[in-house]
Amino acid sequence: MAIVTTRRRLRDSPMTAHVVSRSAAERTLSRQFAERERREPSSARAAAFARFAAAGLPTRRVEAWHYTDLRAAMADASPILATPKRADIEAARSVLAKRERFAAGAQIVLLGGQFIAALSDRLPTGVVIAEGSAVVPNAVDDPLAALNEALSPPGCTIKVARGAKVAEPIMIVHLTTAPSSHSVYSRTTIAFDVEAQASFVEIFDGAHAGVQRHAATIMTLADGARATHVAVLGDEPGLHIETQICEVAETAKLAAFGLVSGGEVTRRQIFVRMAGVEAKLSLGGLALIDGARRADTTLQVVHAAPGGTSREFYRAIVDDDAVGVFQGKIIVEKAAQKTDGAMKSQAILLSPRAQMNEKPELEIFADDVVCGHGATVASLDPEQVFYLQSRGISNNDAKAMLLEAFGGESIDRIESELLAGPLRARLAAWLETRKAKT
Amino acid sequence: MTVNSMGRARAEGRGMLEIKNLTVSIENKVILDNLSLTVNAGEVAAIMGPNGSGKSTLAYVLAGKPAYEVVSGEILLDGNNLLELEPNERALNGLFLAFQYPTEIPGVAAMTFLKAALNAQRRARGESDLTTPDFMRRVRESAQALKIDQEMLRRPLNVGFSGGEKKRFEVLQMALLTPRLSVLDETDSGLDIDALRVVAEGVNALRDSKRAFVVITHYQRLLDYIKPDVVHVMAKGRIVATGGPELALELERNGYRDYAEEAA
Repeated sequence: MAIVTTRRRLRDSPMTAHVVSRSAAERTLSRQFAERERREPSSARAAAFARFAAAGLPTRRVEAWHYTDLRAAMADASPILATPKRADIEAARSVLAKRERFAAGAQIVLLGGQFIAALSDRLPTGVVIAEGSAVVPNAVDDPLAALNEALSPPGCTIKVARGAKVAEPIMIVHLTTAPSSHSVYSRTTIAFDVEAQASFVEIFDGAHAGVQRHAATIMTLADGARATHVAVLGDEPGLHIETQICEVAETAKLAAFGLVSGGEVTRRQIFVRMAGVEAKLSLGGLALIDGARRADTTLQVVHAAPGGTSREFYRAIVDDDAVGVFQGKIIVEKAAQKTDGAMKSQAILLSPRAQMNEKPELEIFADDVVCGHGATVASLDPEQVFYLQSRGISNNDAKAMLLEAFGGESIDRIESELLAGPLRARLAAWLETRKAKT
Repeated sequence: MTVNSMGRARAEGRGMLEIKNLTVSIENKVILDNLSLTVNAGEVAAIMGPNGSGKSTLAYVLAGKPAYEVVSGEILLDGNNLLELEPNERALNGLFLAFQYPTEIPGVAAMTFLKAALNAQRRARGESDLTTPDFMRRVRESAQALKIDQEMLRRPLNVGFSGGEKKRFEVLQMALLTPRLSVLDETDSGLDIDALRVVAEGVNALRDSKRAFVVITHYQRLLDYIKPDVVHVMAKGRIVATGGPELALELERNGYRDYAEEAA
């Protein structure tokens, strides 16, 4: 009986899939774009929206979105707020005053996706910021990247001058303060000139469950530049879609890390093109996922030039009913001989209902490369827990120590202690909260 | 001749550790079979026996390792029922197991671990946490005595330690935690003669009338350095003979064959 039912369903389903009409969210997005076009028409944005509309919100059938069915997750698109007014800016100022800064260094503030000079610090020598965001160097084929381009306000472009060496990290705070349900779009470009060196921390703050966030960061590294980028997602948006598009030129080095510890449905998608000879890349992240959260990290690293090195090292701690996703694809183009790539993703599940989906992939078209990947999903090792307990350390403390070590090893790969320290503190705070729960 | 008495003959008065009719199985296989054993305060009790006799299981069950099923019997430490306690509570009650194969724990620095363990035990006694200088001084002193390199303490716990380093680190923990009852599970295995001497000195330094030691070993060699007060022979999950130090020498000469047959 059961088999017959299944067959009938299979026969029916392809038919229905092709006649799916636009979802409520897609209709709202169209309307939002049309309003935007009326106010300030742009052919680039129109082209971007056309790309989005052709694909629609991704479902499980779209390979890159297989584990995050956005069409299902987004019942509707929340309204986009008007440009912040003076009162909003003053309210934001008092919110910011109460926040402990991630690290010492200048702070740039985006409110509702708009760069607000009045809330931002003076930038160190060699760094300038201007309104408006650059055109994407290599348009990535992703509907949400296109949607961001179509609907985002102009955003800002930060330039680090040729040869500038900026010691202190620069914080970019993405703040949203509106209590109502809303969507927030932002677009930030960071351009590193030849041999420029600087680190940036993007902090997402203030979102509640009614917030749908669409953030894009475009990073371009010219020859010999060295960039460090850390993204910190610790607030509680209902939806967080973060797209990073990076281009790394000759001998330049990008190190990027993302910490996710909040949000109902989060997706960090990182597209890196290793465009120059001997470019270096180190990507890492730590996802702390509990409750009913879903956190997706998806990477696509394209080695397009010879002699590149890329390291990807991701860890996740998944508790309760949460679902984690790691998808990493390394593509080595034919020209990219002598590429050295290694990708690793490891997760620990703390509950029998917690899930982790791991999908590492290599697509290699060059013949002289060293590439590898590994993915593991495990529970805490009971032998390790027992060893710690046998010395008088409680079961809860023992588990927290092991999780701190497990998560900490992903943070250890960040060379600067100025950045690693606050990340470790956030991991420790998350573990403390968890201990208090159990 | 030895006193072949299932160990129970010594149970006159109350021992510090009393194991009564303990039966333990793992995956439905009986490993400890109605075992009884008493260890008195101030005593070093050696447990010798062939491979597979259940020595390590006894050590693990004392420490509370999960996965072992205690079918029947009881274990009392100073009158407290150990079987009702979590492994950490047993440690807080003065029990220490020096592991035969200490577990490697990447990412946890040896020093961080030592501090957490010491402070957990201090808190349980209602004492305040050690200050960092005080902690460092204690560790340095004990480490020196055990010829443990400071560099080793900066590494992750037991990771990349040689066999001998792991065993010395176990004894360092014992020295710092000053347990009432220490169970040493084949601490001599994998040690060269110099390391064996260092480890034995560490144990001997702790001997006093209030503490007791259960020294589990396959060979008599360790007992040249840690002189036992009593020697128990274990075979097929029970104590089959109990005697003085001379029993160990006899085993060295004749092997375990006699006892293995007796238990069968």
